[in-house]
Amino acid sequence: MNQNEVKIKIDGVECIAKEGEYILNIARANGIYIPAICYISRCSPTLACRICLVEADGKRVYACNAKAKDGMDVTTSSEEILEERKAIMNVYDINHPLQCGVCDQSGECELQNYTLELGIDSQNYAILDCKRESTNFSSVLHYDPGLCIVCERCVTICKDMVGDNALSTGPRDGAEIDKELKESMPKDAYAMWNKLQKSLIVPSNGTDQTNCSDCGECLSVCPVGALVSRDFVYSSNAWELKRIPATCSHCSSGCQIFYETKPTSISDRSDKIYRVTNEWNYVSLCGAGRFGYDFENSSATKDEKQFAKAIIALKEAKAIRFNSIITNEEAAMLQTLKKELGLKLINPEAKAFQSFLRDFESYRGETLYRGNYKEMMSESNFIISVGSALRHDNPNVRYVFNNIQKLNKGAGLYFHPVGDTLIESLGKNVTPIYHNAGLEEYALYLILDLFASKEELPKEIRTYLESFHKKSTKIVKETIMEDITETVVDEETGESKEVTKKKPKIVEKEVEYIENGLATLLNAPEGFDDIFEKMTAKADDFSMVVGEDFYVHPRAENLVKLLALIEKYTQIKIALIPPKTNSLGVALICDLDEKTDGYTIGYNENGDFRLSALGDGDLDMPALNQQEGTFTNMHKRVVPTNAALSYEGYELNDIMNALGLGERLSVDWTSKLPVRKGFEALSFDALPNGFTNAGEELRGYMLKQKISKPKDYEVEKPDESIQLKGDVAYRCNPQRQFNDFTNKAHQISEPFALYVSEEKAQSLGTKVKVEIGNISLELPVAVDNKMSGDVVKIPDFLSSKDVYSLFDKGRFKQVKISEV
Amino acid sequence: MNGDVEMNEKQRYITLDLGGAPMTPWCRFKRVVKRTFRIELFIGLWVTIREMFKTLFMGKSHTTKYPFEKMPISSRYRAIHDMLRLLESGHYRCIGCGLCEKICISNCIAMETRYDENQRKEVSGYTINFGRCIFCGYCAEVCPELAIVHGARYETASEQRASFSLFEDMLTPIDKLKEQKEFEGYGAPSPWADKNIKKTPLAY
Repeated sequence: MNQNEVKIKIDGVECIAKEGEYILNIARANGIYIPAICYISRCSPTLACRICLVEADGKRVYACNAKAKDGMDVTTSSEEILEERKAIMNVYDINHPLQCGVCDQSGECELQNYTLELGIDSQNYAILDCKRESTNFSSVLHYDPGLCIVCERCVTICKDMVGDNALSTGPRDGAEIDKELKESMPKDAYAMWNKLQKSLIVPSNGTDQTNCSDCGECLSVCPVGALVSRDFVYSSNAWELKRIPATCSHCSSGCQIFYETKPTSISDRSDKIYRVTNEWNYVSLCGAGRFGYDFENSSATKDEKQFAKAIIALKEAKAIRFNSIITNEEAAMLQTLKKELGLKLINPEAKAFQSFLRDFESYRGETLYRGNYKEMMSESNFIISVGSALRHDNPNVRYVFNNIQKLNKGAGLYFHPVGDTLIESLGKNVTPIYHNAGLEEYALYLILDLFASKEELPKEIRTYLESFHKKSTKIVKETIMEDITETVVDEETGESKEVTKKKPKIVEKEVEYIENGLATLLNAPEGFDDIFEKMTAKADDFSMVVGEDFYVHPRAENLVKLLALIEKYTQIKIALIPPKTNSLGVALICDLDEKTDGYTIGYNENGDFRLSALGDGDLDMPALNQQEGTFTNMHKRVVPTNAALSYEGYELNDIMNALGLGERLSVDWTSKLPVRKGFEALSFDALPNGFTNAGEELRGYMLKQKISKPKDYEVEKPDESIQLKGDVAYRCNPQRQFNDFTNKAHQISEPFALYVSEEKAQSLGTKVKVEIGNISLELPVAVDNKMSGDVVKIPDFLSSKDVYSLFDKGRFKQVKISEV
Repeated sequence: MNGDVEMNEKQRYITLDLGGAPMTPWCRFKRVVKRTFRIELFIGLWVTIREMFKTLFMGKSHTTKYPFEKMPISSRYRAIHDMLRLLESGHYRCIGCGLCEKICISNCIAMETRYDENQRKEVSGYTINFGRCIFCGYCAEVCPELAIVHGARYETASEQRASFSLFEDMLTPIDKLKEQKEFEGYGAPSPWADKNIKKTPLAY
């Protein structure tokens, strides 16, 4: 037993847990059942339902918010507690519409489960109902307050995990509860009823629309059928749907999802995906994962003519251009094609990530990266984000950033050239530093300056950092207590007396301090040194996430060195965010080449002969919801995914077979992934895909990391000349859009447009011409109301527009914008 | 003869004196005439003649004039399904809960539902594949609304099976709503069902 571990007894079962862990979580981890409605793992306790009442050392406590103490003896049920729980369920059942027959929860209902489990077969209480009409909160959210039991799980997950904070409780106008019941009713049930009778769920911004990122996490946590996706309402019962465990294919987070399918209609018996669900206690999805599921290549057939053409094209081709939205197995097949046919593999985004990662590995003498997002979320209390528009690039990293603020009472530094009001709102201790594009090197130097122990740093760097420190004075307002003598005239006697009183007074004082020139250069908020001191006051576990801006940065090589230096001289654990779904896998499996001319095969990309899972190419390929395989996600884990829908056409393995290089099945490649890169020679069917009750992830396997001798390197001074000013565009997709596949999904509607902040929109019309170098794009203007500042965003989710190539090196580009 | 009697007594056989078979054509003719005009024939035909008179002159008949007339059948008989309507509003009773689809052991029921303009669950498609249906009656038994029941339509001969299988084919025609009978077969509430219900207090 470690020092910070405790031993407690729950119903006589001895459990070992971390100190400070909640009783409920310990019970769940040890397979002991305590009923609970409002609690969500990885979020703060809400205390709305009170049903998790237990007895700890003879005292009544709520298991979801009572922390375990060594030697504690917990009883999960007694006659009194049972009576309390029964009364709570009775209260929840009052006026609950008896429409279970049509309700979308269709039996997966926690209200139903607990009512039956506790044997509630009659009602003792009654109250006048009030009018509760169903509404739509957004383009995807449908809320039926009649069914709502106000457990506030939606509010909790939106605040603690997602960070949108888009929902809150609002007034209900419910009738008063009979006062006499206070005496006769069980205490907790009465208190819960009192609260329930006063509240309903409403958008927190005071309007009737949530204006959130439409991630739909609130839908998934709803224990009853109150919050349902608008598309899904009354379209299917839960039991009719076949659940297929898979991995989301939109970003590098590789979240576990379940595709839920059933026949399309009475006349069309082919399967259709009706919704995507998740294990919300352990995985949180974003809007793309939840709603961007119908991107299958449904029209594909085995077109033998085109197949023969594809084989000829492959033999003729000089290169294959592809992106990282493929499985590890496909990457391995492409690598084999390179080896056997001498084709070049062109994947600019993975290439940039690959060379960045290789440098990062060699300078640190360790493969991959040290940071682990799961550990960050549970342990870290200071997070720094550099080089990533967190809200767009990887929603799950944003959830980590937010969760650290909310649950670990942490702090966050957000370095980015594009203003983001949502990130600012994630916590009191979040400080955004909106520097000019091109100054990323300075940002890393500032981090070194703030976190590294100065004595250990190489002398050269120390002196360079010190060159930014300037002695300066500032005026500080201070409150002091001052003695004030007043003459008071006694009204009765007319005598005047002198009275001395202490009164607070604000004085301005000039203090000397060391101004950090780096912070000023990066437009850090005023008084940054004080802010920073406050932020780090309680922090002891530091982590940092690095995004795609750095991989394609013109000075990427120096940025890697600086990151290696940061990891060496500070306590910060660094994690990289792979730019696309399987960029990490592709970077490990494929040897990528620079761009070449000549006959090119495009795989979901432009090319002379196009293999496409989108159904618009020369030969059809299966989309990622139609094939089995594995991804390598940002958690350094190889995770399996399964086919949800049938596919009638050819796949890459068929082409390999025609060339004499194939395996029997695509998933036979799983065991052939390169072991020297950290993969394991495990067969696809041997990969697990689930979570334990304690939340431990059992999906696939973790990549093996190796340690070697670090390479020597010399850090360069920043290059100020690459700083961009004026009209700057940033290559960045709107929320929920990641690629052609999300764009194909019918519930994702964010357009291909120029995204600007509200203030910037005022100076632009509805349509603009954007000139990047000598190419111009005509784009409609769309307002992103969580953006601030002047930088505009140009999305790259449509591969046909090839925005990626326009930006060449870097995600920022000087542009000319003119109204059309 | 003695031996014969003994045997007859033992077995209780009685030998009838039927006379000899007619040998000549004349004799045969005489026997036909005798048998035709003996009154016993009419005694044997009495019931038939009585019923004939009743049918012809008094309008009382035991014959069911199928297919114009049909025999009443037990409410437990399981023929082609009926979809009932609510008597008050005329709206179909089916709420689209999908229980019949789930319980169907020959997997022959398919339905589609949607969220309609009145914020209700609309049954937008419903079909039973009668090629597969084994008329087990589970669907009627499980239906919480007594919406799908077994009707009395046992003539399942048709040019197409599809003639029976759609929701509209099974639904009580709106103009015959008054003739719709409450179902009493499997799945119908027992006559004493009310006694088993505990009343929920109401604050109205």
